[in-house]
Amino acid sequence: MASSELSLGRAGHMVKTLADLPIGQRGRVLSLNGRVETRRRFLDLGLIPGTEVRAVMESPVGRLRAYMFRSSVFAIRTTEASTIEVESPHHERLEG
Amino acid sequence: MRDPALHHHHPSSQSDISKQEGYEYVVALAGNPNTGKSTVFNALTGLHQHTGNWPGKTVVRAEGSFTFMDNRYGVIDLPGTYSLLAMTVDEEIARDFLLFGRPDVTVVIVDATTLERNLNLALQILEITDRVVVCLNLMDEANRKGLKIDVDRLSIELGVPVVPTVANRGRGINDLVTAIAGVASGAIPTVPHRIVLQEEIREVLDEVVPLLEEQLHGLPNARWVAMRLLEGDPRIREALERGEIGVSSQKDIWSSLSEEGRKVDVDSELADVLSLIGRESAAMQPPLHESLIASIYADATAIASKTVTTIEIPRVDWDSRLDRILTSRKLGFPIMFALLAGVFWITIEGANVPSALLAEGFFWLEDQMTLLFSWLGAPWWVEGLLVHGTFRGLAWVVSVMLPPMAIFFPLFTILEDLGYLPRVAFNLDRFFKSAGGHGKQALTMCMGFGCNAAGVISCRIIGSPRERLVAILTNVFMPCNGRWPTLILMAAVFVVAGFPSAVSSLVAASVLVLVTVVGIIVTFVVSALLSRTILKGESSFFALELPPYRRPQIGRILYTSLIDRTIFVLWRAVKVAAPIGALIWILGNVYIEGTSLMAHLANALSPMALLIGLDGFILLAFIMALPANEIVIPTLIMGYMGAGMMMELGSTADLASLFAAQGFTVLTAISLILFSLLHYPCLTTTLTIWRETGSAKWTLASNLIPLATALLVTFVFAQSAFLLGLG
Repeated sequence: MASSELSLGRAGHMVKTLADLPIGQRGRVLSLNGRVETRRRFLDLGLIPGTEVRAVMESPVGRLRAYMFRSSVFAIRTTEASTIEVESPHHERLEG
Repeated sequence: MRDPALHHHHPSSQSDISKQEGYEYVVALAGNPNTGKSTVFNALTGLHQHTGNWPGKTVVRAEGSFTFMDNRYGVIDLPGTYSLLAMTVDEEIARDFLLFGRPDVTVVIVDATTLERNLNLALQILEITDRVVVCLNLMDEANRKGLKIDVDRLSIELGVPVVPTVANRGRGINDLVTAIAGVASGAIPTVPHRIVLQEEIREVLDEVVPLLEEQLHGLPNARWVAMRLLEGDPRIREALERGEIGVSSQKDIWSSLSEEGRKVDVDSELADVLSLIGRESAAMQPPLHESLIASIYADATAIASKTVTTIEIPRVDWDSRLDRILTSRKLGFPIMFALLAGVFWITIEGANVPSALLAEGFFWLEDQMTLLFSWLGAPWWVEGLLVHGTFRGLAWVVSVMLPPMAIFFPLFTILEDLGYLPRVAFNLDRFFKSAGGHGKQALTMCMGFGCNAAGVISCRIIGSPRERLVAILTNVFMPCNGRWPTLILMAAVFVVAGFPSAVSSLVAASVLVLVTVVGIIVTFVVSALLSRTILKGESSFFALELPPYRRPQIGRILYTSLIDRTIFVLWRAVKVAAPIGALIWILGNVYIEGTSLMAHLANALSPMALLIGLDGFILLAFIMALPANEIVIPTLIMGYMGAGMMMELGSTADLASLFAAQGFTVLTAISLILFSLLHYPCLTTTLTIWRETGSAKWTLASNLIPLATALLVTFVFAQSAFLLGLG
């Protein structure tokens, strides 16, 4: 699943998808671009535009990662994570 | 995939619960998954509970009761959901019960450590019903995370009583009961918070809600109903047209627009209102659902910021440290396999002594029965049939099955309550997705180790029907407790012989792990095949919560597990093993032309059996073991020895020579292991599959597919061995 084009959101912030967020880095949800059903489910979990997300873990065999948002951790597949646009401060890296 | 029965579902049957069971008040328990809702349910109802299914659905429904101040309260545990807006089966059930079942009180269990997300559901529930009590659970975890919650303020903000609890320690439960009683009787008035909505939504609602209220008297939650209609919820629309919610001002004939588009009599004024709403709904951009959720979360965040303060941040985050190890590239998988081997080893080792004791006890009983029968002067065949056949069958299954199950299931439940199992699904999900399955299939497979029937039931945790079927059909490839003795014995006779007895359990566990790996590979292959042929479809939405690690309630687990498993094994022994024991005895003692029926059948099966590396007696034993896998070996020994009853041989050496004398080689052992691993599920499991799927077609498939797999694999293996000159 190709990640969306990188473009500049607010000045100095890179825009990418949740799937691109490196482990340990924070981001903020910009928009949900998947199928209706997928969007609804993400919304119910609290992944709405403006929510802060942090990538915390990656599966040892890949294609799946865990993200922390609103105080809990959820595992989301790369295919679905790539439908969520996030922005993260340029070069910001936080210890996980 | 709509269940046709649903369309004619009569909602009043649910609110009749109080009359049926003699409850004064009905209490519904709602909440997100992983909030300790079951713990609260157990704390409220103790042993006065039973589980069943929601009508027409395979979702577990737990119901119980408690008594307080001379009033009897019925408690219904609703499925855990994150919301009531999306259309999963769990959410439908919860919402339907709240709307139609009209419980007297709804308790929303909220996780104190994740207040915002939990408030999403709570606020939605407050839109539907006024009589709510919020149970703020996991307060001890909140404490540990340095969170301080102003409970009084929260109660004011939400307009309902909020009771802090630590349910797994029983703290706060009394206060909860008092609050429930107060709200149920009306002694505690509630002024529930209404979601603060965005301007555009409010405008539309201001226009539409009065129209609805005019058309339908007695609509307690018109605002919520209007919101559902604006979202395009077909179920609510249907319910309105049928008069299931509210009563129309024109009490005429009600019919909905049927699925075929047949137009029937519909109240014209109400129809006008509904069309108006439909038009408004279509015009909304973005769709109402998304604005609504945004409003709810904005509200939730506001409330949380007013009531939750972080007083200190704990310096060490044990949870994520542990997670990083358990899911790391280097250690994740090895730890998983080590834990698996460990669980196997503990079960095998721990079951040895109790199994032997039980066997001794049963044999003693059998001797007494033999004395009794000879004293009664009964004919030899009555004694034979009842004692050596029926009773032995029963005794065998109980002494072989009960100890391992009594150990395995508590161990498994402990791992589950600890929170480790989602990490297993996390590690393995990629493979399941490639095979067209669901990550949670990993968990159902783990359950299948204990018992395939339990494994099949556990497939309910998989929401999507297609993926659930894949999990159900392949669960049999996990060697259940009933097959362990067969596998271990083969290992003992042909592999372990060289090892000292101290290590024999360890070697047995290792062989079991190896066999399991084969089972796992076959599961993936068959799942992939199914997903590309008869169960084609897409992967469903997948978001697995990884909850923090929690201390399991070991005492309660041991107690309930022991009781559940003992009952299960005894019931199965009586229903299934006893009859087959009788049948086997008949086969061994009825002679036609000097040869027993058993030998006749074995001979008939022989040509086919040889093709797949087995012999006639082995194949016959497997066929006879359809009801219960445990009896394969005793039946086989009986056949080889030409004995009149199922039996066991004392030492491995005796067994080895008996087998060798029949031409049994290592190759035969491997074929036997493969066949045992892959063949059709036992009768109990098949019946369970029938109940869970409600489909004869899939139940048949659940037997034919493994059988075909077993035959294919053993055939290929045996023939290759013969070709290579190894047979």
